Amino acid sequence: MPKYVVASTMDIPPGARKLVEVRGRLIVIFNLNGEYFGLLNRCPHQGGSLCDGRLVGLIEAGSEPGEYSYSRAGEVVRCPWHGWEFDIRTGQSRCEPDRITSTQYQVAVETGEVVTNGPFFAETFDVSIEQEYVVIEV
Amino acid sequence: MRDTRSNDRVNDPEPDETLRSDADHLTTRRLPDSFALPINQPPTQPMKVPTAGAIDCDIHPSVPSIKALLPYMSDQWRDTIAQRGVHELETIAYPENAPLTARPDWRPVQGRPAADVATIQDQALEPFATSFAICNCLYGVQLLMGEDMAAAFAHAVNSWMVANFLDQDPRLRASIVIPTQDVNLAVAEIERRAEDQRFVSVLMLVMDENPLGRRVYWPIYAAAARYGLPICVHAGSAYKHPVTSVGWPSYYAEDYAAQAPAFHNLVSSLICEGVFAKFPDLKVVLAESGITWLPAHLWRLTKFWRGLRAEIPWVDKTPTEVAREHIRLTLQPVDAPADAKPLERIMDHFGSDDMVLFSTDYPHWQFDGDAALPDGMSVSLARKIMVENPKNTYPRLK
Repeated sequence: MPKYVVASTMDIPPGARKLVEVRGRLIVIFNLNGEYFGLLNRCPHQGGSLCDGRLVGLIEAGSEPGEYSYSRAGEVVRCPWHGWEFDIRTGQSRCEPDRITSTQYQVAVETGEVVTNGPFFAETFDVSIEQEYVVIEV
Repeated sequence: MRDTRSNDRVNDPEPDETLRSDADHLTTRRLPDSFALPINQPPTQPMKVPTAGAIDCDIHPSVPSIKALLPYMSDQWRDTIAQRGVHELETIAYPENAPLTARPDWRPVQGRPAADVATIQDQALEPFATSFAICNCLYGVQLLMGEDMAAAFAHAVNSWMVANFLDQDPRLRASIVIPTQDVNLAVAEIERRAEDQRFVSVLMLVMDENPLGRRVYWPIYAAAARYGLPICVHAGSAYKHPVTSVGWPSYYAEDYAAQAPAFHNLVSSLICEGVFAKFPDLKVVLAESGITWLPAHLWRLTKFWRGLRAEIPWVDKTPTEVAREHIRLTLQPVDAPADAKPLERIMDHFGSDDMVLFSTDYPHWQFDGDAALPDGMSVSLARKIMVENPKNTYPRLK
């Protein structure tokens, strides 16, 4: 699959996200503590913009009803429309992970040198070999 | 903008078609046979699937009068009831002269319907050739304000049930009546009766003082689960609140129809409060709830759960799946139109053949003749509803 250079890593610091367009697709790139993940910016329910969703943690059942466990702060995005939660790392919904998933794209970080030597597509900005870049397979 | 992975659309009913078939049905409907028959003469109708051997999961013996309970009370309560002039615990749930309360041919010339074992044998057990029938006594115990008096009445009703019904016919089984006014006293009554294997479930009303999923009731569910007793939640109210959430209706038709929304709320409460997460072996039988409303309510609850499940993470699969595992419904009253097609569609919507349990709802007037099984059920589904599903629901019937 062709790889596209979509952002400098400096554009998306940890906890931030960026909406990019690749071959007509809107994709939201998340930075979770230095790891980058890409989801189609379209909730599989009715198409809400996941880029505009609140970042939350994973709330799970505790040992019995009324007790909660909370983990992975900031690693779950809730669709701004109906609140469906998606695991940013996998694209899986939390409600029905095996059946409802958000389309995920492979995202990698490459040095400017690698990116300059290709084969990558960089449609919208210049690449400097001193920097690192977020690269996405579409 | 819909993705095919969302099943919202897949599950959408086609309202136009449903309404059309309903309207067609109204123009061709014949009057129930009993309209043409004198009272007390059973109408004759061919039976499509024989009910012989079926387990009837909801019949209603009546307490003939408060006097029948006095022998089963302590001297103190017997005296207190006489001193205070406590009258019959009649409720407005089944007004004496309402057609629903007793089918014409099951209505005695005098007194209350289904008030003795011979009547039940003649009208409920023999005609349907049932192997077992579960007695859910709807005397107004749950309406009392006094916790101790409620416990005394619950105890008396259960003792009366043993002496007058369970000891008189080996086909009869019963639900334990409990004073939900005091959970500790309710648990004590379950513990007193649990040894008697003819008590096969615990009876509660769908409209109690609180939603039944609340933790205040959990000791009841713990006791029921401990003894292998499902909870039977029956239509009716303790009348601690109006029967609709915005106040009292004016007419009985509204009141009886309002049972279904109460059952909607019950199903939501049991699932969302985590009763089935806490008691994974517990089954809850909805009795006289009707059946057609459940799939639509579960679509709705599941739809909103997808976005709100973080509130209730102990609900770790869809409410529809939780209900399929834990919720059962008695067959009568079938609240679908009387032709087969709409009911076939509704049974499809359940997505499970395990959930409906045969019942006649005797002596309530829900059907005529021996047509307890509605059209629209295959022979195999009917057999499952009549025998296999009840046996899988009530461990004590095995």
